[in-house]
Amino acid sequence: MTTATLSPTMPSKAALFEAQAVKAGARRNRLLSLPALLIIGIFGVLPLLIICVYSFLAAAPYGGVQWRFSTDAYLNFLFQRDIFDDTLQFTPDFLIIYLRSFLFAVVTTIICLLLGFPTAYFMATRPPAQRNWWVLLITIPFWSNLLVRTLAIMFIIRDEGLINNALLGLGVIDKPITMLYTNFAIQLGLLYAFLPFMVLPLYSSLEKLDFRLIEAAYDLYATRRQVLWRVIIPLSKPGIIAGCLLVFIPALGAYVTPLILGGGVHLMIGDLIAQQFGSGRNWPLGCAQALILMAAVLVALFFYVRNTSGKVQHG
Amino acid sequence: MAEPRSIDIKEQPGFRSIAVICLLVLYVPVLILMIFSLNSGSLVTHWEGVTLGWYGSALRNEEFHNAARNTLIISISATIISTVCATLAAIGMTRVKPWRGLAAAFMVINLPLMVPEIITAVATLSFFALIAGTFGLNFGIGNLILAHTVFCIPFAYMPIRARLEDMDLTLEYAAADLYATPWKAFKRITLPLLVPGIMSGAALAFIVSFDDFTITQLVAGPGQTTLPLYIWNQIRRPMTPEINAISTILLLVSILFVSVSFLIARRRAK
Repeated sequence: MTTATLSPTMPSKAALFEAQAVKAGARRNRLLSLPALLIIGIFGVLPLLIICVYSFLAAAPYGGVQWRFSTDAYLNFLFQRDIFDDTLQFTPDFLIIYLRSFLFAVVTTIICLLLGFPTAYFMATRPPAQRNWWVLLITIPFWSNLLVRTLAIMFIIRDEGLINNALLGLGVIDKPITMLYTNFAIQLGLLYAFLPFMVLPLYSSLEKLDFRLIEAAYDLYATRRQVLWRVIIPLSKPGIIAGCLLVFIPALGAYVTPLILGGGVHLMIGDLIAQQFGSGRNWPLGCAQALILMAAVLVALFFYVRNTSGKVQHG
Repeated sequence: MAEPRSIDIKEQPGFRSIAVICLLVLYVPVLILMIFSLNSGSLVTHWEGVTLGWYGSALRNEEFHNAARNTLIISISATIISTVCATLAAIGMTRVKPWRGLAAAFMVINLPLMVPEIITAVATLSFFALIAGTFGLNFGIGNLILAHTVFCIPFAYMPIRARLEDMDLTLEYAAADLYATPWKAFKRITLPLLVPGIMSGAALAFIVSFDDFTITQLVAGPGQTTLPLYIWNQIRRPMTPEINAISTILLLVSILFVSVSFLIARRRAK
């Protein structure tokens, strides 16, 4: 982000000096960022601190918390207390849901990359006028209502949906294939939801690709395959990492997709957390689960920063 | 100079087909959903004929009216508050000497984008439950407006900041040279040039608020049904194409605002 402020229209040294004189007069400008910082601080950051505290409290019987220190929430994540002899038993139910969500997110990221990279490359090599249309076409689903888009998938894969009706009509099958409320449905929904999140960052990185380097590679008798793997892909690494992160993080915490396409049978982390605040009535456990998800996200972000910070310096 | 070989250096085999497949995958399900909103049969799956009747019954439905009213109250308020805050913040973070904490402030502004939505949702729910429990404070629909404002700010902030950074500073310096006060220079030079960025940011803030489901579902109190929540309630009942009609309306609103934001940004680039 620091490079962004060093825009190509950077003024000369004299202008900079002048600019600083102007800016010194306008130093109080920094106070202008206060309203935004206050709103996010109070209604965005403070709530995160509250769930940190809540995760160390005891659950109240009808939802909410009791102000009594307890590590039950974290213990309950891996163990279950036996109601008769009060011993802890290892119950991996939650852990399995976390691992499954991780697997869903990884598969989603990989398939989105395999589909998204060629698409983004194709877009970036179109003439400028065509390029804008492609970008708009990918941008529209990016911003469209996720609930409605997931609903569209549900209509197609239901027992009496379009795919089954077509197959039945053609006589390929004689009873509908169950697709809704399966792992397949969730996986399909995640791919559908997050594909645009992969294409757009890849495109913005590929758009800046220096095609003279590709020309040079061909001049040195590289094959198309070699050009792709040894020139194009290494050059677009920042875009690939950004795209993967933009797909992986929301896919890991997905809530709407498994809610609608998993039918409450095949849970992901997002539904599990929401459940503790609803029918589960165990807010501290839900808070602990949310923080464990947050920790996973922070690890992914850390990986991202470490991999891109070197690039920024080379500019 | 002649090309050493007559191949198109930009071409990669098969990439065109994959790009076309991606577009089809993204659009076909949504188009089918839209087409079935025109189905005159009462089943969501069997095509019987063309009608606009489901739009009529949706628009006459009182529950739909309430949901639409709530959605508009929330998203318009959140858009206005977040766009004003984001504009001020963008100026306060670009038109200043770098100040200590600038990087931290930038992180705070972008925080809502990095935290998974479900975590923000349960955190906000816990927060409002806490202040209701300890201080007896409940802002009613204001709870939702505040929750939406938080995640709208970074979306409004991005295009406004980009515009401020692209802007030619010489005009602002010229105004200062000609003895314009900082306020005058802002009102007469910076603000008019910033308008496209502000509009683009406001459009994005409006869409994310208008479409939000996860945070709204967890934070909403009784009687605070928004359009996405209304659709979710309908899914759990026997469905009629009315739900397709309402979904189509939501999609069209998104498409309209994305296109507006996109076109404003394009014009800027030219």
